[in-house]
Amino acid sequence: MPAPIRLRELIRTIRTARTQAEEREMIQKECAAIRSSFREEDNTYRCRNVAKLLYMHMLGYPAHFGQLECLKLIASQKFTDKRIGYLGAMLLLDERQDVHLLMTNCIKNDLNHSTQYVQGLALCTLGCMGSSEMCRDLAGEVEKLLKTSNSYLRKKAALCAVHVIRKVPELMEMFLPATKNLLSEKNHGVLHTSVVLLTEMCERSPDMLAHFRKLVPQLVRILKNLIMSGYSPEHDVSGISDPFLQVRILRLLRILGRNDDDSSEAMNDILAQVATNTETSKNVGNAILYETVLTIMDIKSESGLRVLAINILGRFLLNNDKNIRYVALTSLLKTVQTDHNAVQRHRSTIVDCLKDLDVSIKRRAMELSFALVNGNNIRGMMKELLYFLDSCDPEFKADCASGVFLAAEKYAPSKRWHIDTIMRVLTTAGSYVRDDAVPNLIQLITNSVEMHSYTVQRLYKALLEDISQQPLVQVASWCIGEYGDLLVSGHCEEEEPIQVSEDEVLDILEGVLVSNLSSSVTRGYSLTAIMKLSTRFSSSVNRIKKVVSIYGSSIDVELQQRAVEYNALFKKYDHMRSALLERMPIMEKSTTNGPTDIVQTNGEAEPSVLENKHITGGHQPASQANDLLDLLGGSNVLPVIQTAASTKPASAGGELLDLLGDLTLSGGPVTVPTAPLSVSQTPFLLDGLGPQPLFNDVTAGIPPMTAYNKNGLKIDFTFERSNTNPNIAVITIHASNSMDAEMTDFVFQAAVPKTFQLQLLSPSSNIVPALNTGTVTQVIKVLNPQKQQLRMRIKLTYMHKGSSIQDLAEVNNFPAQSWQ
Amino acid sequence: MIKFFLMINKQGQTRLSKYYEHVDIHKRTTLEADVIRNCLSRSKDECSFVEYKDFMLVYRQYAALVIVIGVDDDENELAVFELIHNFIEVLDKYFNRVVSCKCDF
Repeated sequence: MPAPIRLRELIRTIRTARTQAEEREMIQKECAAIRSSFREEDNTYRCRNVAKLLYMHMLGYPAHFGQLECLKLIASQKFTDKRIGYLGAMLLLDERQDVHLLMTNCIKNDLNHSTQYVQGLALCTLGCMGSSEMCRDLAGEVEKLLKTSNSYLRKKAALCAVHVIRKVPELMEMFLPATKNLLSEKNHGVLHTSVVLLTEMCERSPDMLAHFRKLVPQLVRILKNLIMSGYSPEHDVSGISDPFLQVRILRLLRILGRNDDDSSEAMNDILAQVATNTETSKNVGNAILYETVLTIMDIKSESGLRVLAINILGRFLLNNDKNIRYVALTSLLKTVQTDHNAVQRHRSTIVDCLKDLDVSIKRRAMELSFALVNGNNIRGMMKELLYFLDSCDPEFKADCASGVFLAAEKYAPSKRWHIDTIMRVLTTAGSYVRDDAVPNLIQLITNSVEMHSYTVQRLYKALLEDISQQPLVQVASWCIGEYGDLLVSGHCEEEEPIQVSEDEVLDILEGVLVSNLSSSVTRGYSLTAIMKLSTRFSSSVNRIKKVVSIYGSSIDVELQQRAVEYNALFKKYDHMRSALLERMPIMEKSTTNGPTDIVQTNGEAEPSVLENKHITGGHQPASQANDLLDLLGGSNVLPVIQTAASTKPASAGGELLDLLGDLTLSGGPVTVPTAPLSVSQTPFLLDGLGPQPLFNDVTAGIPPMTAYNKNGLKIDFTFERSNTNPNIAVITIHASNSMDAEMTDFVFQAAVPKTFQLQLLSPSSNIVPALNTGTVTQVIKVLNPQKQQLRMRIKLTYMHKGSSIQDLAEVNNFPAQSWQ
Repeated sequence: MIKFFLMINKQGQTRLSKYYEHVDIHKRTTLEADVIRNCLSRSKDECSFVEYKDFMLVYRQYAALVIVIGVDDDENELAVFELIHNFIEVLDKYFNRVVSCKCDF
């Protein structure tokens, strides 16, 4: 059998291959030759064959049949064999293969070998691929080598120890004594690897961290020597002495100084020195400065030092080198939370970076810009960000759009500006906007009552130009459906009114309906919008009827269902149509998109659809309140929804029925149609099931009043008006007890006349402490759409000194402002 | 922590690869091709740090060879950039010209 070819020739041959297939063929041929050579157990050429195998493995071809050969090479006595064998073990073997355990004995012997190079090989291999069992067996040997005076071995042993600690964290204590004088070495290699070992130990164990804090002075001294020492050819990199070691030491100082005042104080001087003395003309210097800045920001440094750090970052931002600018933006992003004002000073430079060509820089600048937006700079920043949105790559558009929405929501100076901004985003980046933007925008539009005509006009114009962006089309259809009458009437204070006829509006909505560009969700929106217009447009009812009936046989089930229901609305329930398709009430904003969105079905966020479905679907809205209504036999009492849920609601309702038996109504219609009630009822009642809506408005000066004061129990009412719905009065009751025994199991119930709606939220507790030492509070929300005079019957039950006490009372002395 | 170290030429052929965390051999070729595509598609004015999946790629081009180091978040990118240059200088000093590795087997 001829001698196997050398590695060099193999590489040359492979490089001559012109195609992938040719290369594969060559490699397969060579693999076959190698395999047969292995079978012959040829000792002389084994290392050559394994070397070739390793090269082929690096190119991506499987080489597992060489694993055992590596082991044989390791066991051999020749150094060249061992070298290739260990390399092969590092590349081909890992803990997944059972074969690797056979190496343990070899490594153990080699760790005690007479030649330091062999010992070094063994340490490297163990540190590279040692499994936990191997590490456990050999940790003692490694620890011994860590204490040797031979610096070549010591540095390798330190790195091996890092690997052992990563694999078997329990062995960390074992290496502790060996670390005692690691830092007193002169050899930079040992110093560097020791710092790595110390860093690893500190990161893994807080005890070690506390233990190593005493090393801070020593580290500071080493760093100082590095900076102050003159030129040393061995360690010089572009004029700076061993920058890699400097960076490592700075990082370890960062870990040690975090959250610790004493260590941070010990480092202040050296950090200032490094920051001012390092030469910044080359990349090396900047690398060290970067690490210094990161360290300063992370430890408890004094304010002067922090200002210095931010200024360094500011200087980086103006540097021509892209890498440095990128690094500056990244670190500013980390510090913007803590040192907001300092970063604001560099805002204009950051905004300029948005226009940079580099993708990484643009992304960082965008994130940083969003972090810097506040109430003062919102207008200018938004202009820049919108410009950026126009011109950026698609991968940024989604994030940028969400960021713009968030910022606009938090800091919008006026409603009109807010709506304009959102419209701009929808028209430029419409298809990248996230799904929840549509319901949020719709809610925003409903809440800004005075802007309705302006909004619908702008949306109409946008729709005329382009119907391809789904979120925009959805919002526009919804608005046109709601406020189409405003559009046609041509009134608009904010802008030049445009003349639009009913037919034109219907044209465009039908256009959306039939277009290929519209998704089925969008079609649903536009069909509902067309339907709503049947009450708002006077002359187009027939046309609308026609459109709706066509879709009664649509293939899309969603559209078909809607069309069929709307058809039914035209035919059988025409008398209810105007009530059903009334204007939407102002939606209460919840802090999170929580259960208020229970109103969604089929992933849509259109509340009106659900309402219509509810009504037309069964004429018995499934909400809780109306179940109770049925339970009570359809009486004219509106029961209380008690979220305290201490008693069964049904029985509570029954009691209240008795309660209000003779409560005469001073006015208001007796028959209230159920339909509009449920329309406005459902969002209101569901609010109670969700997170507390915000009623963070001023109390508007409604004076508090005492509602009840008997037998030591006093109940005060304080008032607030909910800022999203002026018809809702929020009453907080404060129950206090002036007796000397506390009242337990305290339950407060209330009932109101039929024209009102009441909602009781959970009380703060059931126990009213004695002698006025504390109060129980509970929130009541009263919806008073007809602005009737507020009256209430309350029932109190509690245990006092072992006996159960009940009382009824009527509250009539509500201040006028609470219900007007 | 350094995750991998690659030397790839402009045609996409791997000249040297070392992985410090195990990556399946089949995934390696796709990873290398992806990485080199990312790095070569960037112009000279763009910065040398690219975010790729959960690594940060630090790359540097020398004539027809691109050296890429994949690191995770807590590395100083500028220092790694300097490390690449240090490595090339060492090879340069040891082998005279950084063209191809001379191996004597």
